[in-house]
Amino acid sequence: MIAALLGRARAPAAWLLAALLLVGGSVAAQAVRDAAPLQFQDAAEERRFNALVAELRCVMCQNQSLADSNAQIAHDLRREVFDLMRSGRSDEEIRSFLVERYGEFVLYRPRFGGHTVLLWLAPGLVLLAGGLVVARIVRARGKRPLPVEEEQEW
Amino acid sequence: MAGFRALSAVVIGVVFAGLVGLLLYGVLVSDRPDREALPSPLIGKPAPSFELPVLHEPGRLVSSEELRGQPYLLNVWGSWCPGCRVEHPVITRFAETRRVRVVGYNWKDEHADAMRWLEQFGNPYWLVLVDYDGRKAIDWGIYGAPETFLVDAEGIVRWKHVGPVDDTVIAESLVPVLDSLGVTP
Repeated sequence: MIAALLGRARAPAAWLLAALLLVGGSVAAQAVRDAAPLQFQDAAEERRFNALVAELRCVMCQNQSLADSNAQIAHDLRREVFDLMRSGRSDEEIRSFLVERYGEFVLYRPRFGGHTVLLWLAPGLVLLAGGLVVARIVRARGKRPLPVEEEQEW
Repeated sequence: MAGFRALSAVVIGVVFAGLVGLLLYGVLVSDRPDREALPSPLIGKPAPSFELPVLHEPGRLVSSEELRGQPYLLNVWGSWCPGCRVEHPVITRFAETRRVRVVGYNWKDEHADAMRWLEQFGNPYWLVLVDYDGRKAIDWGIYGAPETFLVDAEGIVRWKHVGPVDDTVIAESLVPVLDSLGVTP
């Protein structure tokens, strides 16, 4: 949210609305509307919901998950995910629903495919390169004669 | 043994060069003003179908089918959004060229606030649609305001801009797309 999005507002955050509420006025209705918490049928549903939103990224505050974010759009998307769950969609269908609209960016665990192959394989490549560096150093040292041990009392 | 040495030198070199390239790329794009803007997966795909109320005519609903036939620019705004105020004169100037219909998308706003805002700053819109609870906005992939979409005559999304539109964005980004679609004033 630095200067990059200067002038671009996230939908007003809840705390801001709360502050405005003290002043009163037309924002009251909006705050009430957003405050309604999601009603889970049982613990299993709640667990499934929490697991799902923890792996989805908030599109506005881009370094938070959908579960953590307090941005207005995160509220809206959590409600949407909840409604999709209720309408019987699978986790994968819900993820696809969001990817179709907001792009692969929303997934904290991107799918393995042609466009993400480098992303998934890069850590292995870096590890391999590091391992090779170590191997070279060890080999080079192995070829050097051992230094003559000094007579030393410990 | 020489083979192993040569191969490992190549792997180390490639990975090192790759890392340097990646970091350099990160530095180079870090001052782009829209570096946090998400590319829309809707570009080239049909715009979501909708039926939304009209701000100025309570009770009237306008559907996506009714907007077919001619291209339109969809400008997402709210009276609570400072960036919308910044881009408002730009949108107004562009609307006055009458090159495409400019449709307002009043997002998560209050009716009275929206009306007052348009009265105060002027109404450049051909039509203002209202999405009071922001539910339809999810289909558009809207995640903040302002955002602006170009939808062509067949209802295909052709262009999107995240954040305030300025004259440079219009001239260098939007107008070339309009030209390529053959949209004339």
